[in-house]
Amino acid sequence: MKHLLLVFCAAVLMAGCGSAVKLDSVPVEDKSGTTISQDNAGGGQGSSVNKGGVTSVDVAKSAQQGAVPAGPRIIYFDFDSFVIKPEFQSVIEAHARFIVADKGRKVAIEGHTDERGGREYNLALGQKRAEAVRRALGLLGVVDSQVEAVSLAKKNQLRKVLMKMQWPRIAGPKLAIDSRCGN
Amino acid sequence: MSKTITRFYFFLLIFSLGLPALAQFRVDVSGIGLNQLPIAVATFRGEGGAPQKIASIVQADLERSGQFRGVDATGVALDEGSRPDVAVWRQKGADSLATGSVVRLADGRYDVRFRLWDVVKGQDLGGQSYAVAQADLRLAAHRIADFIYEKLTGDKGAFSTRIAYVTKAGQRYQLWVADADGENAQSALASPEPIISPAWSPNGSQLAYVSFESRKPVVYTHDVVSGKRRLIANFRGSNSAPAWSPDGRTLAVTLSRDGGSQLYAIDAGGGEPRRLAQSSSIDTEPAYTPDGKSIYFVSDRGGAPQIYKMPSTGGNAERVTFTGSYNISPAISADGRWLAYISRVNGAFKLHVMELASGTVNAVTDTSADESPSFAPNSRLIVYATQQQGREALMTTTLDGKLKARLAGQNGNIREPDWGPFQKQ
Repeated sequence: MKHLLLVFCAAVLMAGCGSAVKLDSVPVEDKSGTTISQDNAGGGQGSSVNKGGVTSVDVAKSAQQGAVPAGPRIIYFDFDSFVIKPEFQSVIEAHARFIVADKGRKVAIEGHTDERGGREYNLALGQKRAEAVRRALGLLGVVDSQVEAVSLAKKNQLRKVLMKMQWPRIAGPKLAIDSRCGN
Repeated sequence: MSKTITRFYFFLLIFSLGLPALAQFRVDVSGIGLNQLPIAVATFRGEGGAPQKIASIVQADLERSGQFRGVDATGVALDEGSRPDVAVWRQKGADSLATGSVVRLADGRYDVRFRLWDVVKGQDLGGQSYAVAQADLRLAAHRIADFIYEKLTGDKGAFSTRIAYVTKAGQRYQLWVADADGENAQSALASPEPIISPAWSPNGSQLAYVSFESRKPVVYTHDVVSGKRRLIANFRGSNSAPAWSPDGRTLAVTLSRDGGSQLYAIDAGGGEPRRLAQSSSIDTEPAYTPDGKSIYFVSDRGGAPQIYKMPSTGGNAERVTFTGSYNISPAISADGRWLAYISRVNGAFKLHVMELASGTVNAVTDTSADESPSFAPNSRLIVYATQQQGREALMTTTLDGKLKARLAGQNGNIREPDWGPFQKQ
């Protein structure tokens, strides 16, 4: 029943911001993209940049809501640092309890960086932060198969790591939940 | 429901196919060089009735190279059959003169002809003719520029090549393929999630890139003619930074599947990755040397990101950059002589060029957010992304930084350029 309810939440959030896509592994396959033809291309201009402000979740308040963390959690890092600061330990612990309680639960750990620097190197920095969170969860008994640490390349996302629930019991692709519409 | 979502994104991908290209560029050339060859390119006879202004495309190509200075040739009626009065052109300050014509053929194609003159010696330097479809008129002009460039400088021209780059408009990311002058852009892929690090295969038929369409970085290869894609690396964790080996058989990639960002080699058709090195640090942004024997890459093993070099099959790495505390995004020229990279200097990210034999380094820009350098296949120009007046732009620069051209229109976010190889004629 609880799962059904959460699936419903996911549907609502996805309709709202369309930010969730399948996260399961995809086999090697051929897909169609666009053909580059020799035809002359028409002129025109794209629209201007939407930088999109970062909406952070009030971590302290959310953590008090109980043992089941519902929705995203954000852990912020200092510049050039991969150390989880003490104030985020309670977030880690709450998630660890939640994940350990059900071996069927899966969590995506998404690393981000700020706007400075090259995209590929920032991607590696975000990965290092995501893996720091994965290791912290591991120390609290979370098995590796329940978490996947990845890094995203959008700039202006601050130095943070998000933990997102996935629901493997849904038939077909797994879903990630992200309620931070507009980021 | 998940099926609906998958379909939704599939729809977005398909939807992009029908859209016209949204990015047309204008080339502004700035900077001066002391040894530019003065050349006059006379308006081609008949080009007024053709959809492309051949002479101005040729002249813009030549000027963008930094090796030529255009000499005014307006109001002159000449074609490839005319014998020019060389004294007149010498008086105008030209060393050479290109003349030609454009004729529409009965089958709808165009016959483009030209001839190049050395007006100092009064010598005919040869010419060519091309029968091309209307859509290939620009390509014919770039080929003429290539001929002139090679004849007068001794180096192969790279005007009839292509560049790939990524735009972001709103929440829509698009991968484009355009002519080397930024014109004629065609969309290869559109996605609601970022696309980064496009890399041309050595034969120019495929692009490798990183797409976040499944909410994590995954490496694809993409046939630019058929549009068919192949998933190359979608392992647990992040998959990124694809680089082709010069023989096109192997891709070096950065994977985190075994923990940490580490370098692997993977067959270009897909398969099991082979780990190239083991470190407890970040290793990423691999770039093969033209002989395929070595890989340059970025590592923070010394505490800060620096560029290193190691054998392409793995082995001991030697440090390459020593100045500054942040050096990333290495690119090696096709002749193997130059390393372009981004260095952070006083908080600004600046394009640097190192002569590998001597180790001499030059900062070649006055901008502060340079990214993603890539060499032209003739090793004479670098394309890179930067910010000008708060907007992203693509620029080309000569290796000494003396002449730059902006490949940009009004549209905002353009980034991640990669210059393709020479095209087969």
